[in-house]
Amino acid sequence: MIKKEMIAMLLAGGQGSRLGVLTAKVAKPAVAFGGKYRIIDFPLSNCINSGVDTVGVLTQYQPLRLNAHIGIGIPWDLDRNIGGVTVLPPYERSGNSEWYTGTANAIYQNLDYIDSYNPDYVLILSGDHIYKMDYEVMLDYHKANKADVTIATMPVPYEEASRFGIVLTDEDNRITEFEEKPENPRGNLASMGIYIFSWPVLREALITMSNQSNCDFGKHIIPYVHGNKQRLFAYEYNGYWKDVGTLSSYWEANMELINIIPVFNLYEEFWRIYTKSDTLPPQYISEYAKVERSIISEGTDIYGEVYNSVIGAGVTIEEGAVVRDSIIMKNTVIGKGSKVTRSIIAENVKVGHDVEIGIGEEAPSKLDPKIYNSGLTTIGENTEIPNGVKIGKNIAISGITTAEDYPDGVLQSGEFIIKAGDVR
Amino acid sequence: MRAIGIILAGGNNNKMKELSYKRAIAAMPIAGSYRSIDFALSNMSNSHIQKVAVLTQYNALSLNEHLSSSKWWDFGRKQGGLYVFTPSITAENGFWYQGTADAIYQNISFLKNSHEPYVVIASGDGIYKLDYNKVLEYHIAKKADITVVCKDFPEGTDVTRFGCVKMNEDSRITEFEEKPLVCNSNTVSTGVYVIRRRLLIELIEKSAAEDRYDFVNDILVRYKNVKRIYGYKLNTYWSNIATVDSYFKTNMDFLKPSVRDYFFKQYPDVYSKVDDLPPAKYNPGAIVKNSLVSSGCIINGVVENSILFKKAYIGNNCTIKNSIILNNVYIGDNTYIENCIVESRDTIRANATYIGNNGDIKIVVEKNERYSL
Repeated sequence: MIKKEMIAMLLAGGQGSRLGVLTAKVAKPAVAFGGKYRIIDFPLSNCINSGVDTVGVLTQYQPLRLNAHIGIGIPWDLDRNIGGVTVLPPYERSGNSEWYTGTANAIYQNLDYIDSYNPDYVLILSGDHIYKMDYEVMLDYHKANKADVTIATMPVPYEEASRFGIVLTDEDNRITEFEEKPENPRGNLASMGIYIFSWPVLREALITMSNQSNCDFGKHIIPYVHGNKQRLFAYEYNGYWKDVGTLSSYWEANMELINIIPVFNLYEEFWRIYTKSDTLPPQYISEYAKVERSIISEGTDIYGEVYNSVIGAGVTIEEGAVVRDSIIMKNTVIGKGSKVTRSIIAENVKVGHDVEIGIGEEAPSKLDPKIYNSGLTTIGENTEIPNGVKIGKNIAISGITTAEDYPDGVLQSGEFIIKAGDVR
Repeated sequence: MRAIGIILAGGNNNKMKELSYKRAIAAMPIAGSYRSIDFALSNMSNSHIQKVAVLTQYNALSLNEHLSSSKWWDFGRKQGGLYVFTPSITAENGFWYQGTADAIYQNISFLKNSHEPYVVIASGDGIYKLDYNKVLEYHIAKKADITVVCKDFPEGTDVTRFGCVKMNEDSRITEFEEKPLVCNSNTVSTGVYVIRRRLLIELIEKSAAEDRYDFVNDILVRYKNVKRIYGYKLNTYWSNIATVDSYFKTNMDFLKPSVRDYFFKQYPDVYSKVDDLPPAKYNPGAIVKNSLVSSGCIINGVVENSILFKKAYIGNNCTIKNSIILNNVYIGDNTYIENCIVESRDTIRANATYIGNNGDIKIVVEKNERYSL
């Protein structure tokens, strides 16, 4: 008989549209982070480090990169005879085929998957946060409280509280009220989007709410369970936790890794973060290169200068190029003499020589000021930038660009070039 | 598939000095993130040889750890796979491997239970890329009994630690001297052989019956006039790392763009066990020039013309010049290291100085206590 005490369901289907061109071709959980990692590596590593060896990964938006990355789960030791990692895309069925219309709806559509492991508890995770957390400790807390639902929470500043689901608790940490994105928050304990449900409770709620359109945990399931007078508890977490849903928070979280002693430390023996990585040679730093306050991944060749930056695997920084305060992802080439400042450059980008990126004064983005508003220049994957052009701030570029795309060789701050079709 | 593979990874010798205390030569770390045996294993895998035996006996811990999973070289197959054979006491035999031929003899059932017609024998201490199928085709074309892969060294190189070979105009080997006092040829055996499986079984059993244990002396040298033994010339990079000097030099070769390009950028790839280490970190004060840096390193000081293996920690105000820092070394502040090989897992206290000479590399072995995070 197959029996798992707790299995995890990892919601990885969202686009993460606030990351702009970075998520044009990949789901947010598959976006590179910290040089060699992808965002989903953090919850997956937390699972295996917590002893959770059965993980269903719910995918929907642009799943190719995610599927290739997860494979059969070898990097996380999640290749198991029983359990392990399973990618769960939406599928056609006789009758009512539909996409995953909400977080809870996605779980509802996979009831059979969960049932097949006969679990006592189900852990709901999202694939877009950077943190280290022992879910087993949270489960112990759940059991000790004889809880039906335990919500991981962390204190946030009051002024930011209206961005989160806020819980109010009594002295036993039992949740008395739950408000999703309140305008006038009465507390500051924010839900981290991590839940442990006793499976019978969740199962009943999902089935009862199955006709709810866009059924969502925060908006529907938690209020429903709460309305049934069931035992909801808040589990307070005080470690490092970062939502990397916006370009500026994504950039900041990367930059925090290069501090001398980072708060979020990847170098600890305890609680390793695992990722799929190819066998790559060591990085080569040339005679004339300068590297300071940066982290650099395998297989990278540095001939130029790199300061305060996070560099992915297999990157080439050619002679005379200077990279500052930037994130450069896998296999990108920065051509000779190019200057890159405060930029996020995605995978497989070719920047020609003597290009300047991130120059001049900021200007509001003409593409989408809600996304591109932190002065960062963002370049999507597989983009090509011709030789000698100058590129300002708050800019998004995606696709193969040529000199004609740059009037007088300059792209002013706030402009954009999107060549890859329906990309924002 | 036409061939199975045997990698002779048992040995060690005193020419490796202190470096041999901890591990077999085949497990010596190479080029920052590889081990010596990765090259033979990757060649096997890239030559589509699916069934490979590694014969090992000397201090096999590092090697066994490295080979703990065969998936890195794509040997995690239902058909074939990677077999690691250490000596074991049986009803017939209670001895260690007494030589390379004996090592094969003690595992002769591996040969007998296979069905592939040919065997590729390689050693674990060669750094090279080679498609063994090309040697096999040559072997068949020459109607050879045994084919030995050979490498020419420049005139004047001291090759007396190798097997020296002379061939006739048809590439048939006419002279074969193992570790001669004086060598009158600059062609050496690389320790890579191709032979028919049935012939190998026959020769190995015959040797065993006569209490002969060494593949080179008791088979190649002994039968060179009786059997058709041919030489296959390897024209690409090949280096054997079985002395401290050649080990140091081979590693330093990887600072050359041409060597890195050949091994790492050109098809096929070299595979190794992948560790889950974070990217290398360069803190303020780091000055790195012409060096290879591996994952998990943290650098606070000066590193020049050196190779840092995985998880090296270089303290503030240190200077590391022309040196090799092996895996998981901690170097305290204000340390000066030049022309050295620092043994893996060492902890170097602050303010230390270690200087070797250009032609006489110093091996640093420090077993100080370290408290890790």
